[in-house]
Amino acid sequence: MKDAFGIPQSLLVLGGTSEIALATTRRLIARRTRTVWLAGRPSHALERSAADLRALGADVRTVAFDALDPESHETVLGKVFAEGDIDMVLLAFGVLGDQARDERAPLNAVRVAQTNYTGAVSASLVSASALQSQGHGSLVVLSSVAGERARRANFIYGSSKAGLDVFCQGLGDALHGTGVHVMVVRPGFVRSKMTAGLEEAPLATTPEAVATAIELGLRRRSETVWVPGALRVVMSALRHVPRVAFRRLPI
Amino acid sequence: MGATVADMPADTVSVTGWGRTAPTTARLIRPRTYEEAAAAVRDCGARGGIPRGLGRAYGDAAQNAGGAVFDMTGLDRIHAIDADGGTVLCDAGVSLHRLMEVLLPLGWFVPVTPGTRHVTVGGAIGADIHGKNHHVSGTFSRHVLSLELLTADGGIRMVRRGTPLFDATTGGMGLTGVILTATVQLQPVETSLMSVDTERARDLDDLMARLVATDDHYRYSVAWIDLLARGAEMGRAVLTRGDHAPLEALREGTRARRDPLAFNPSRLPAAPAFLPEGLLSRRTVSWFNDLWYRTAPRARTGELQKLTSFFHPLDGVPHWNRIYGRGGFVQYQFVVGRGQEDTLRRIVRRVCEHRCPSFLAVLKRFGEADPGWLSFPLPGWTLALDIPAGLPGLGALLDALDEEVAAAGGRVYLAKDARLRPELLAAMYPRVADFRALRAEIDPHGVFVSDLARRLGL
Repeated sequence: MKDAFGIPQSLLVLGGTSEIALATTRRLIARRTRTVWLAGRPSHALERSAADLRALGADVRTVAFDALDPESHETVLGKVFAEGDIDMVLLAFGVLGDQARDERAPLNAVRVAQTNYTGAVSASLVSASALQSQGHGSLVVLSSVAGERARRANFIYGSSKAGLDVFCQGLGDALHGTGVHVMVVRPGFVRSKMTAGLEEAPLATTPEAVATAIELGLRRRSETVWVPGALRVVMSALRHVPRVAFRRLPI
Repeated sequence: MGATVADMPADTVSVTGWGRTAPTTARLIRPRTYEEAAAAVRDCGARGGIPRGLGRAYGDAAQNAGGAVFDMTGLDRIHAIDADGGTVLCDAGVSLHRLMEVLLPLGWFVPVTPGTRHVTVGGAIGADIHGKNHHVSGTFSRHVLSLELLTADGGIRMVRRGTPLFDATTGGMGLTGVILTATVQLQPVETSLMSVDTERARDLDDLMARLVATDDHYRYSVAWIDLLARGAEMGRAVLTRGDHAPLEALREGTRARRDPLAFNPSRLPAAPAFLPEGLLSRRTVSWFNDLWYRTAPRARTGELQKLTSFFHPLDGVPHWNRIYGRGGFVQYQFVVGRGQEDTLRRIVRRVCEHRCPSFLAVLKRFGEADPGWLSFPLPGWTLALDIPAGLPGLGALLDALDEEVAAAGGRVYLAKDARLRPELLAAMYPRVADFRALRAEIDPHGVFVSDLARRLGL
């Protein structure tokens, strides 16, 4: 069960090697979390992440999960929920793709969309239904500021996150009153291995900062979290910039 | 018989405790007869059920995510009053408020009342509540002669004092079954007024010295403590102690003398439903505390107060818990044994250093403990404080305090808890293993379960 501050005792991470997810998990373990499920494609990295978290004192198990195989989601996640209540599901998987290359290779672009959007839609619906029958729990979804407005530099990724973001807002409203809380997290540019080598955007942040914002959002039962918080203001201004001007902005 | 859950009023609702943190959703079932209650228990489904009274437990004790919550306030009949012997047999859904309305005119008062009279008899037993008279009268269950318990099999058992099931149920947070009725021994009174002595203590040591020296002269005793005062004034407090006023204390010819047992609590308008968070900031609470301390008399004796303003000042403002805003608040109450005064001092210092905006901190000396396995009081010192849940660093601070409390052999109060680490439970409640064993025996399928039980592994 979550405590008075919204901190979960058990956590399921979808995308168990995500740096943001691991930073969040470390933070939650330091407070209360004792049971952690890391779901992801079986890999050395996944096992290493699990070992690192175990060293912090949590009971960590890994489970084979593939975002691109939605047919398996119900079975795979069903087994996790059958083992006991999950207080929080952190949906953290996603791929950035390579915009320039993917524009020329549509199948790659589809893969980005399938991972970030359709895979996430399936995983969120499966998780949400399990949380609903528990009568409690948070579904925390990592969206992105890139989904707020299309940018020339990353609109394939951006559009997949835009879809996910809108889907999860709607899901949150649909689940209102069921005891399930859906929180959409919109980080800006996060310095991590996913963005290694990319040019840093203004208001860049870190996985640890996202983790802190998630912890605060859980306590407040927020529905949308921007990281850093200033992005909320910046993006609400940028949203209204005319296309002609927006295209030319150096962002 | 023949009652089924489908016939009963039931809604799927979001449920929280009085602190309004950690809401979860459950089917709220409102049985109107014992048969309906038994049917509700038998058919409550895979995620079990938990009885709930008036929802004054601060944390998640009367919540059951995804399962059933039995609202027992529909079963609220007073069956029999022995006006000579001073006992009452009533349904567990009766509130202490109702008992006072009925019993005061007969010259009887509830044996123990907490800081609110809007609790049910069932809740009072389940949480094994205490009041300002704990150092004299012990907990509520000390005055319960017997009770009827609806157990997981749907049967009703008569449970008498001194049996394991009685001791597991008193303080058992509703996890042994649904209390249906109780027979309670009452306290005789001549009037509905209190004769109150007030004095100020300039710091924590002064306060403890006064409590140790003269507490035994009073039936009721409590100290309100200012946790925002710093330096030499740390732990300054206002002590209010008293007893039921005897008839001769009321002047001849006054209205009070003509109707000495009148019970007419006053009520202010309720707190509005939506108040901003941060109304209770360090600054506002600090002003309030300062004002409260300075306007309290240095020493005054024999003041006549209405019973309700002495015992239940907060009941005057319905829904006062809303003043903490949407984020809610946490109440932290712990007890440490006699001889652990240094632990108490350390904790008070840490709370002061953290500048917790707490305007309801209360210090009390407990008397002897009662046999409930999960009963909270221990002979020693208890401190209770309300803190807005949004205070930065609060979770970590309270965790650190838990460690101190556990190391000193103390415990935190489950009826107020919403955040204890499960690892500390066994250290704080050594009989929790017996409790679990008894539950496994009488409720093998885990019918009775609450969010508190899930969180702490009760």
